[in-house]
Amino acid sequence: MTTTHAAEAPPPDAPDGLQEHFDATIARDQRVEPRDWMPDGYRRTLVRQIAQHAHSEIIGMQPEGEWITRAPSLRRKAILFAKVQDEAGHGLYLYSAAETLGADREDLTRRLIEGRQKYSSIFNYPTLSFADVGVIGWFVDGAAICNQVPLCRSSYGPYARAMVRICKEESFHQRQGYELLMTMMRGTDAQREMVQDAVNRWWWPSLMMFGPPDDASPNSARSMAWKIKRHSNDELRRRFVDMTVPQAEKLGVTLPDPELRWNEESGHHDFGTPDWDELMRVIKGDGPCNDRRMERRRTAHEEGAWVREAATAHAAKQAARTEKGAAA
Amino acid sequence: MSDDHVYLTLAEGHEDDTRWAYGTGFEDPLHGVDTTVPEGVDAEALAAECVALADDALVSAQRLAEWVTRAPELEEEVALANIGLDLLGQARLLYSRAGQADGTGRDEDAYAYFRDAEDFRNVRLAELPGGDFAFAVVRLLVLSSWRLAHFRRLEAHPDPVLAAVAAKGVKELTYHRQYAAEWCVRLGDGTDESHRRMRAALDEAAPYLGELHTAYDVRDEVAEDLRQVTEAAGLTLPVHRPLPGSGRAGEHTEHLAPLLTELQGVARAHPGATW
Amino acid sequence: MSADKPQHHEKQGWPLYEVFVRGKRGLNHVHVGSLHAADDAMALTHARDLYTRRNEGVSIWVVRSEHIAASTRDEKDPFFAPSADKVYRHPTFYDIPDDVPHI
Repeated sequence: MTTTHAAEAPPPDAPDGLQEHFDATIARDQRVEPRDWMPDGYRRTLVRQIAQHAHSEIIGMQPEGEWITRAPSLRRKAILFAKVQDEAGHGLYLYSAAETLGADREDLTRRLIEGRQKYSSIFNYPTLSFADVGVIGWFVDGAAICNQVPLCRSSYGPYARAMVRICKEESFHQRQGYELLMTMMRGTDAQREMVQDAVNRWWWPSLMMFGPPDDASPNSARSMAWKIKRHSNDELRRRFVDMTVPQAEKLGVTLPDPELRWNEESGHHDFGTPDWDELMRVIKGDGPCNDRRMERRRTAHEEGAWVREAATAHAAKQAARTEKGAAA
Repeated sequence: MSDDHVYLTLAEGHEDDTRWAYGTGFEDPLHGVDTTVPEGVDAEALAAECVALADDALVSAQRLAEWVTRAPELEEEVALANIGLDLLGQARLLYSRAGQADGTGRDEDAYAYFRDAEDFRNVRLAELPGGDFAFAVVRLLVLSSWRLAHFRRLEAHPDPVLAAVAAKGVKELTYHRQYAAEWCVRLGDGTDESHRRMRAALDEAAPYLGELHTAYDVRDEVAEDLRQVTEAAGLTLPVHRPLPGSGRAGEHTEHLAPLLTELQGVARAHPGATW
Repeated sequence: MSADKPQHHEKQGWPLYEVFVRGKRGLNHVHVGSLHAADDAMALTHARDLYTRRNEGVSIWVVRSEHIAASTRDEKDPFFAPSADKVYRHPTFYDIPDDVPHI
C-alpha cells in the first residue's frame, strides 16, 4: 500500500521534516487536520473527491425531489421531504469539509454548473414511478453506505467526521426505501410490478456507482495509499452484491442478472459485468438526464443570485449603520 | 471503528443515547392526551376547524415543497424544508383529529387525497402559485403571523387534542415567522431589485389579507405585526379592497385544482393500494 | 475550519461562519462545522436548521471564520451524530423484519 506513496518525491518546497511528519501520521492511522502540512497532491485529491461527493448529494436531491409533491400518502410525503432535506444537509457538511482545505463553495458550485466537476453518474437516470423512491433508498443509499462507511476512517479529519454524521442519516434513508418496497410488495399487483420494474432499471446503474473496475481506475491506488479511500471499487461492489442478494430474496424481487449466483469457493456471489461503455457515456454527459439535472442546478443558482446579493447588501448597510451609530 | 461489515458500524450507538449529540427522544405532542371529544364541545365545529387549519398547512407545505432544488442558496433549502415539514406535521395531526371528531373515522390520507378542490377550506393566499422568493417570504410572513396568533388562542381550546396540537405549533410558527420577518427586512432593505420584488409581492398578497379572519379576532394583532416588520424593511403594507369570496367557504382560485391534481394523482391512480 | 485556509480570498458569496453547539446543559459548546450566511442572525438561523434541526434547549454560537485565531495542529472539531427530532429520521422507525439481513 505504501509503494505508490513512497514513489512520490517530497515536493521541493516542503520544509524539513514536514513530509516525514505527514507520512508518520498516515502510517499511524492518525487523522490529518486542516492546519497540518500536507502534500499538494493529497490536498488536490481530497478537494476533488469531497467536492464530487458534495455535488452528488445536491444533484441527488432532484430525482427523488420530483416525487415529494406527488407522494401517495402524507407519511411518505413527510419521509421523502425529510430525506431530500438531509441530502441538502449532507451536501453542506461536505462543502464545509472541502472549505477546510482552502476550497471555496462558490467556486466549487461554479465548477459544477460549468460541467468542470463531476457528480455520481447514478443521478442521471430518471425516476419513473413512486417505486423508484423505494429502490433508490434500497440500492443507491445502500451503495452509498458501502462506499461511505469506510470513509468514516478516512485519513482527513473533517471529511471523516462529516461522513460519520452522514452515514447515520443514510441508514434511515436505506431503511425507509426498503420499508416502502416491502409495503408495496404486500399491496396490489400493479404495485408489485412497479417495484420489479424499478429494480430492473436501477440495478445495473447502482453497480456502476462504485466506479470503473480497479484495473481501469487511475487514481484509486494513490488514494488508498493516502488512506483517503480504504477499499477498492471492485471490493466495495462485491460487498454490495453480497449484501443485497438476500434482501432481494426476502422482498420477493428478481435482480436482473442471469449470471448472479453464490460461489461456494470464493464465499461471494458471482455476477455479470456492468456495461462500462454506458458508464463512460453517462459520466461524459450523455446519460438520460444529465442536461436536465445541470440545467435545474444552474437555474436555481442563477435565479437565486438577486436574493444572495440583497442579503449581502443589507448586511453591508447594517454594518455601516452600526458604525455610524457608534461614531455619533 | 472497524468496518469489517459496513452495517455493524451503523448499528453501533443506536441504542446508546450518548452517541446522539442532541438526544433521541421523540416528542409525541399527543402523549397522554385523552382523545375523546369532551362534553360541551361541538364536535362538528371542531372537525370543521381542524380541517380548515389542516388544509392551510397542507397546501402551504405543498407550495414549499415546490422550492426543493430551487432555493436561492443551499442553506435555504434546509430552512424551507424544515418549515414545510412542520406544516405537514400539523396537517396530519389536525386531519386525524377531524376524523375522530366528525364521527367518520377517516384517516389523514382520506382528507388529503380524496377530497376535491371545492371541499378544501384553506385560505386562497396559501394556494397561489409559487412566484419568486420575495413572494414566498411575504406569504410565509403573513400566514405564519396569522396562524401564530390563532394558535396562541387555541392553546386554551376546550378540546385537549386541538390545544396540544396548537401548543406544539406555536413553537414552530414562532420560528417560521421569525425566518420570514428576517428575510422580509433583508430583501426590503437590500438592493433596488429586491425592494422592487418585495413591493410586488406585497401587492400580490394584499387582496387576500381580508380573508384571514378566524373565530378569534386576531386581525389587529396580525396587522400590527405585519406593520412592524414591513416598516423595518422600509416597505409599506398596501391597502387593497379585499377580493370577494373566501377559501374558508370552499371558494378557490383556479390554482388549487392543479395543485391537488399533482398532490393526489398517484394515490388516486392506485385504488386499494397501501404505501 | 476555514480559519485554517492557507490563503483567504473574499468572494462575493456570503461569508463563512463556524458553528459551535451546546448539545445539552452541563456540556461545553463544541465545534460542529461551518456554513455560509450574510449576517449573524442568518448564521444562527441556518445553524439551527442545519446542525440541530431545531431541537430545543440547544445553545448555538456562530462566529465569522475569519475572526478565529488558531494556534496549532491537532485540533478537534467533531461532527455530531444526527439529531432526531422527527421520528422518521430515526432508522428504527422503519419496521423491518429481523430476518432481513444487513438493514
